[in-house]
Amino acid sequence: MPSARMWREYPKRYRYEAGVCQKCGKWFFPARVVCDACGHREFDTKAMQRTGTIKTHTIIRVPPAPFKDQAPYAVAVVEMDDGPCITTQVVDWDEGQLAIGQKVRLEFRKIYEEGKAGIINYGYKAVPV
Amino acid sequence: MRDVAIIGVGITNCGEIWEKSMRDMFVEAGLAAIDDASVDHIDSMYVGCMSGGLFVGQEHIGPLMADYLGQAPIPATRVESACASGGAALRCGYLDVASGASDVVLVGGVEKMNDVSGDDATYALATASDQEWEAFNGVTFPGLYAMMAVAHMHKYGTTPEQLAAVAVKNHDNGSLNPVAQFPMKITVEGVLNSVLVADPLHILDCSPVTDGAAAVILCPADMAAKLGGKTPVKIIGSGHATDTIALHSRADMTTLNAVTKSAGKAYEMSGKGPKDIDVCEVHDCFTIAEIIVSEDLGFFEKGKGGAAVEAGDTRIGGKIPLNTSGGLKSKGHPVGASGVAQAVEIVKQLRGEADKRQVKGAKVGMTQNMGGTGASSVVHVMEVM
Repeated sequence: MPSARMWREYPKRYRYEAGVCQKCGKWFFPARVVCDACGHREFDTKAMQRTGTIKTHTIIRVPPAPFKDQAPYAVAVVEMDDGPCITTQVVDWDEGQLAIGQKVRLEFRKIYEEGKAGIINYGYKAVPV
Repeated sequence: MRDVAIIGVGITNCGEIWEKSMRDMFVEAGLAAIDDASVDHIDSMYVGCMSGGLFVGQEHIGPLMADYLGQAPIPATRVESACASGGAALRCGYLDVASGASDVVLVGGVEKMNDVSGDDATYALATASDQEWEAFNGVTFPGLYAMMAVAHMHKYGTTPEQLAAVAVKNHDNGSLNPVAQFPMKITVEGVLNSVLVADPLHILDCSPVTDGAAAVILCPADMAAKLGGKTPVKIIGSGHATDTIALHSRADMTTLNAVTKSAGKAYEMSGKGPKDIDVCEVHDCFTIAEIIVSEDLGFFEKGKGGAAVEAGDTRIGGKIPLNTSGGLKSKGHPVGASGVAQAVEIVKQLRGEADKRQVKGAKVGMTQNMGGTGASSVVHVMEVM
């Protein structure tokens, strides 16, 4: 991945910055420039609370190449308490915690390395609370 | 808009076709369709192809295929909508003829997926998801559909046995299709004992990596009636819709809005409803997809798709036979070709040419082809003329 492609996403991946529609109040993560609910084009930038709830989940046993050293690993769709939903890995979970309705918080973690000399990509992963 | 008919079909064997290149396969299917239609020229063509660039390092596929089919300088356009590329190409061809811009149009689809490693194929397919916010976090396509399955099981009580029943039924059908990649019969126990890819999906819940091509010839319905060739099949409904690119952006992950919307448009245009459909090819990239789609097309009440397949309602001879070709699961899933291959199967069914997998008395058929996790869906309703 070219470094500029990573760099331009830092505000979202590192600071969890969402866009909040100034007209209808809908939250978007990542931020957008057009609200799909009301068509408005002006947004406020707000950091998401880092807490949410698992909506669905799976365990990836056949991973993409950059994730081979992590497999098997859990992935979930998490509905953040501010409204947006995200796809994220779930880590540090005990039996019974990879479940619909489980409360989680996001932590800043390493996502994957692009080979031995490439960029080390960071982002968020979910931990049950 | 003019009425449009399909007057010729062609398809290659599906599978690991080592001896043939992407262009070889496309030309084989294209020539078969041209010969089947007994036409002496074509006016324009559309080529469904998801990722020639990542699978074989080839873009600019429209002119390449027109050239090798001996049809240059006709207009030729490659159409891409991930795994719905073939269905989207069919809709482009339909609109080209319906509008009056062209008379005889070839719609083909092709994908050459086995020239790259499994890792590279996985990467190419993952580009149909949201690269920045899904794939970046390590989720795969089986993983995304697995999350739909978990949500469907949680909400409706759908079981792993019901998922497996889809694969068993499609392999039964595929065993009757001479072009199928995996024509062997399988059992529910066999599916449940196969290796897990993304819980709860086993390897036998997943469609394979496939080389293959398919093509159809379209022309105005009144021209088809005069040509006197094989029984023409009229396209009486065409619907296309989109949804959020990311699965996580959808309020309900147990339904596919693009499928409901595209089917709604096709039903409205054709004046037909789910009860009028005699045979249907649906996008069974994973077993859960067939269950969700069978509900969203209106064949079964929401949440009852799993019980319906288990009861045999979707078998040949059942209430609504789904994927008589074997579907993507058994016939194979050459991604850009799959939507066109569905049309080939429905035309064969409506002509009465489907041999051992023939649905008796089939007059009205339907195809449903989707891209990604259902971010795009294309539906066509067809009726024998």
